Amino acid sequence: MRESVRPDAEVCRAWVREAAARVAADRDRLTQLDSAIGDGDHGHNLDRGMRAALQAVEDLGETATAGEVLAAAGKALIAKTGGASGPLYGGALRAMGRSLDESGDLAAALRAGCDAVRKLGGAAVGDKTMVDALEPAVKAYEETCDLEVTADAATTGAESTMTLRARKGRASYLGERSVGHLDPGAASTALLIRALVTAARDVRA
Amino acid sequence: MTVGVVIVSHSRALAEGTAELARTLGLDRVRVEPAGGDSGGGLGTSAELVAGAVSRADSGDGVVLLADLGSAVLTVKTYLLDAPGTALFADAPLVEGAVAAASAAASGAGAEEVAAAAREAYAHRKG
Repeated sequence: MRESVRPDAEVCRAWVREAAARVAADRDRLTQLDSAIGDGDHGHNLDRGMRAALQAVEDLGETATAGEVLAAAGKALIAKTGGASGPLYGGALRAMGRSLDESGDLAAALRAGCDAVRKLGGAAVGDKTMVDALEPAVKAYEETCDLEVTADAATTGAESTMTLRARKGRASYLGERSVGHLDPGAASTALLIRALVTAARDVRA
Repeated sequence: MTVGVVIVSHSRALAEGTAELARTLGLDRVRVEPAGGDSGGGLGTSAELVAGAVSRADSGDGVVLLADLGSAVLTVKTYLLDAPGTALFADAPLVEGAVAAASAAASGAGAEEVAAAAREAYAHRKG
């Protein structure tokens, strides 16, 4: 088995940059997904939050630790996103940051981030939320420490929300009519995990 | 001195209207502060508006927060993770809970008791 990555501040900065770029590029697709079953603002909100997160990270000094980079990004996401994804992703990044400064290990940090999302939102796998992409990705990384396998697990998990009935958020009011649509939160989670994988790989290459 | 109440809603108008109603039924003895909409005045939730409303509502006896839906609830819970001490989230229906909270606060109830009054508003049926 491969060894778990130990992301430094450079990897974390690259992750936030890559995530902001991918969210900006996919902003309209995420908003379109959200228009089908949510309130039609996910791409717009997350783009605003990620821009603020990137700015916060760029404003940090060069000596910031990996944990400090993720804490700053998380705080900005919470303050500026304006939708449920702000506290959820912001809380996840802050939990990951604390974990990285304690153990340095990506597997532990991913699990801490996933726990934070589950605790705050109260969602489980199968509820048609970001947890459907996040939990399988974290599990895949814990089992394989393979970044590509992890990103693929997030994508597959996000795609699995197509056939699910929503049990959280506005989509849950639609009952059976929420079936047949991708969950926008799961879609953006897959994108953020893909960004992390790209950042960890590129900085190491 | 009374416990303060903060109303967090996706809509500025809804937060302000609910606060107005609760303030009146709290006999104008209670600080009821709205935190509605995003920072630009549109629909949404703003952690910064929540923090501002809590500091205005707090006269030193604690603050109870109510929220309408989804991101408003998550924003309040996230705010409370960082907030020192005296603020509480009440899982309650927004309008009925706000009126119950303000009424309890006006009678001199403590923060836990005010939050409990708001939660109990779920039990007040209308038909």
